[in-house]
Formats: sequence, C-alpha cells, structure tokens
Amino acid sequence: MARRAFTHLVLMLGAAVMLAPFVIMLSISLKPPGEVFAPQFALLPTQWHAVENYTAAFTKVPLARFLLNGFFVTLCIFAAQALTALPMAYALAKLRWRGRETAFALVVLALLIPPQVPAIPLYIGLWQLGLLNTYAAIILPSTISVFGIFLMRQFFRTVPDDLIAAARMDGLSEWAIVWRIMLPTAAPAIAAFACLSFIWNWNEFFWPLIAVQEEHLMTPPLGIAFFSNAEAGTSFGPLMAAATVVTAPLALAFLLAQRAFISGVTMTGVK
Amino acid sequence: MAEAKGTLGPRRAEALAGTLLALPAFILMWLMLLGPAVAVGLLSLTDWNFGEPQIRFAGLENYAEMWGDRVFWISLRNTVIYVGVSVPATVLLGLLAAIAIESVGPLKGFYRAAYFLPVASTLLAMALVWEFMFHPSVGFVNQVFRALGLPTADWLQNPDTALFALAAIGVWQNLGLAMVLFMAGLKAIPPDLYEALAMDGADGAWERFRRVTWPMLGPALVFVVAITAIRSFQVFDTVQVLTEGGPSKSTEVLLFTMVQQGFTFLRSAYGAAITMVFLLLTLAITLAQTVLLDRRAHYG
Repeated sequence: MARRAFTHLVLMLGAAVMLAPFVIMLSISLKPPGEVFAPQFALLPTQWHAVENYTAAFTKVPLARFLLNGFFVTLCIFAAQALTALPMAYALAKLRWRGRETAFALVVLALLIPPQVPAIPLYIGLWQLGLLNTYAAIILPSTISVFGIFLMRQFFRTVPDDLIAAARMDGLSEWAIVWRIMLPTAAPAIAAFACLSFIWNWNEFFWPLIAVQEEHLMTPPLGIAFFSNAEAGTSFGPLMAAATVVTAPLALAFLLAQRAFISGVTMTGVK
Repeated sequence: MAEAKGTLGPRRAEALAGTLLALPAFILMWLMLLGPAVAVGLLSLTDWNFGEPQIRFAGLENYAEMWGDRVFWISLRNTVIYVGVSVPATVLLGLLAAIAIESVGPLKGFYRAAYFLPVASTLLAMALVWEFMFHPSVGFVNQVFRALGLPTADWLQNPDTALFALAAIGVWQNLGLAMVLFMAGLKAIPPDLYEALAMDGADGAWERFRRVTWPMLGPALVFVVAITAIRSFQVFDTVQVLTEGGPSKSTEVLLFTMVQQGFTFLRSAYGAAITMVFLLLTLAITLAQTVLLDRRAHYG
C-alpha cells in the first residue's frame, strides 16, 4: 500500500515536470508584460491580458494564415501518401509480379534514410524547376511515405485471401479492391498512419525552413519561429499565445484520439 | 471466369495489376528519397557551390577538408555528447515510467497521456516555452533551483551548459515515445512467467524486474535505444531557434552545420559531404541494432 502511494507520488511529480511547459505557456499567454517578468511565478494573472495577447498573436503575424497553410499542407501530403502507398502496399502484400521482392527491399532500404538526407539535391531540383517558395516545394518531398507503405503492407498481409478472391468473382478490378475491400478492413492501421503523418508534417520545421522564405507560405512551426525572431524575446505574452494556438490542434487531436496516436507510434516498432 | 473477361490470362493480369499499382509510389520513392540520397553521395565528390555554372569532379577533397575543419569536429563531438547524454536519460526514464505506470491501477490513462503529450506537441513552439523557462532571472527552472538551493545559471547562454539544456529539452520531448514502446514490450511478456516466479517464492518487485522483465524486454530495449539514438542524431529545431550553434559553437551539431554549409553558405558539395557522415552514423546505429537483435535471436 505504502509502495503504491510512493509510486503515485513519483509519477505525479514526473507528470508535473512533463506538463509544466504547457501550464507555463498557457499562464504566460494570459498575462500582461509587467507580470511576465514578476520575480515570483503565479499561475493566474492578477490583471487578465488574454484578449490583448491573442489578438496581438493574430495581428502582428498572419497566424491564421500559418494555421491554414499547416492544414492545407498536411492534408495534401497525407492524401498523396495514402493515394500512392495503399496501392503499392496491396501489390506488395497480395499480388504476384516480377520485381516484387526487389521493390520491397528498396522500401526497407528507404526506411533507413533519415528525411534530412535528400535535402540538398531536392533543393537543387526544385530550384531548377522554379518551384522554391511555393506550396509544392513544401509538399512534394513528403508525398511518398515509405513508412506508410511498410505499415500498410504488414497489415494487408493479414487480410484473408478469400475476401479478395470473392471480390474478384464479383467483378471488382484490382484498383477497386484496394479502395473498397482493403481500405475498410485496414481502418485502424490507416488511422494510425494518418495520425503519424499529421504529427510529422504539422511539426516539420527542417524542410519548410529550407524550402520557403515568404511569410504567406509559412507553416505553423516556421511562422512561430519567424514571430519569435521578429520580437527577439520582448513580448512573451503574444508569443506564448501564438505557441498555444500552434500546439492546440495537435494536442487536442491527441487527447481525442489517444488510442490511434499511441498505437500509431507503437507500430513504428512493429517488425 | 477470369479468362473469359479479357485476353490476358489471370496470372499475367495479376502481374500487370501489381506493377501498375506499385508504379506511382515506386517512381515517387526514387524521385524524392533514393535518387536524392544517391545524388548526395555523388555531389559530395564534386566542388560545386550552389548556382555555379561549372561542376568538377573533386574526388575526396570535401572529405579531406572536413578532416581538417575544426568546426566539423566540434560539431561531431557536440552531436555525440548530445546523443550520449539524452539517449540513456530518455531510455532509463521511459523505462521507469512504463513500469511504474503499468503497476499502478487508477490514473493510468492520465499518466500515460501526460508523459506522451510532449511527443504529440509542436517541438518548435515548445522550444520557445523552454527558452522562457530557462530565462536567467524569471525562468521557472532557476526559480525552482533557487528554492531548492541548487546552483542557477543562464542555461542557454553559457557554453558549459547550453548543450545540456538542449539535451534536457530532447529528453522531455522523447521520453513519452520510449515509454509507450516499453509499455508495448511489457504487454508482450507472458503473465505466467511472473506466476512461475511467484511459485518459486520470489515475489519482490526487484526480483520480478531482474528475473523476468529485464531479460524479456531485451529486444524492445535494443529497439528503443536505436530509435531514440536516431532521433537524437537529428537534433536541429531547438538548436536553430534557441542557440544557433552558440554560444561559441557549444551547440553546433551535425545537421545545423550541414544547413549552414549547404544552404546559408551555399556550399552544396561540402554540405553533401557532411550529409554523408550523418547518413553513415545513422546507418551504423541501425546496423548495430540488427546485429544485437540477431545475436539475441540465436541464443534465445
């Protein structure tokens, strides 16, 4: 009994440390400048400054635009990833064709390449095509997800062959089988894939930093870094308000769909 | 009947469908990943700077330059220190959190969510919060340290502490990832092993850990170490936005150096050579992981 209480105590302390940055972020986003630099930290402001801070966050920089860019980019990326990964995963898992083993070996090889490795050639290629500083520059390099192919292939292998044979008997084309038979059976894996794709691409900073310079194209992480640079550590209130707004979509999605998020992350470890 | 529908036999139809369905992803994979990865290797053997009209084969000149480049060695050393500090801390704390959370009954969901939340949050936004928390006078870290009678510092602006401050942020961010992977590993341990141990009369928490959990968790441990190490090698966001490699190069890390050379100074070929070092280090971790897991499999 005493040991369990002790475990709870330690876990509570740990949780406090893990959550402290979120609490501080929210707290500062409500405070006027004078209270931000108060020598003693107080959770709630004596004088509420929330409206001013959040208004400043949306007007000093085009924060709404950053968010829209973020949603647009993540959506396009996931659509492209799903549209290409699912058919290939099905072909790798269920169809017999020449070169299948080689193709799968290449997918596994590509899994080992960190996403930053292709950056310089991609930059040169996009420059030659005149695509730097466009949405396409942000989206194109992420349109392929070898992780998604691998994950879906593993999942599709568990779908019984009879199901596919029956669908063929009904006259479905292979393309239709991917979307009308495989997709519904793989819903949990797709949900996990979608969550991971959303986390990765919403948070991605490295590539957008390289690919775009213009304010109106910036994704949320890039936009908030830009904001922080412009303010140079002077207006913490609006900055924390912006940080809250940028973090909120992902944090809320996580709290609502915890299971899919965690199983998605765990599946990165599935062999 | 399949044959009746078209002129192709079912075997050839299947082969054609397989190729066609795989083709778009296959092309994209070459265009966006494999092709550029090969190109990085080739580019690193030239002397090309971004925008120049001429390209010349330069052999290993870039690598020779790197060998003599003080900044590169500082960068490599800092990266290794960063990984060496953050990986053990992340793995150990993640393991302790996983075991503790699995052993308490109520509040399990709350703890898991709290520890995992940093993984699902935007690191760049949270890095700015950490910058505020590391603020020398009003920062939360110094306030707590002062209250506990611990030494305080201007963590991010002091060359002796800046890298460790960034490592602390890294641990905070990745701990939840290690935790959920360990939780999955713990769930895979058959409960009868613990029952058998209890029948032997050994029922202490330490005995349970030493004789069942630890040996059974081996493969998960190797995997978590590898994935944490690979992620730590990729440290960039916090450096770029909080310290820009400073003060006095104390937080200069590989990817930061690569971006500086390849994109700020437009030295594409030299940047490509640094990328190759980065790639080889990452592959070395994967190789070590594979060897370790294989050996385990043979003995187990």
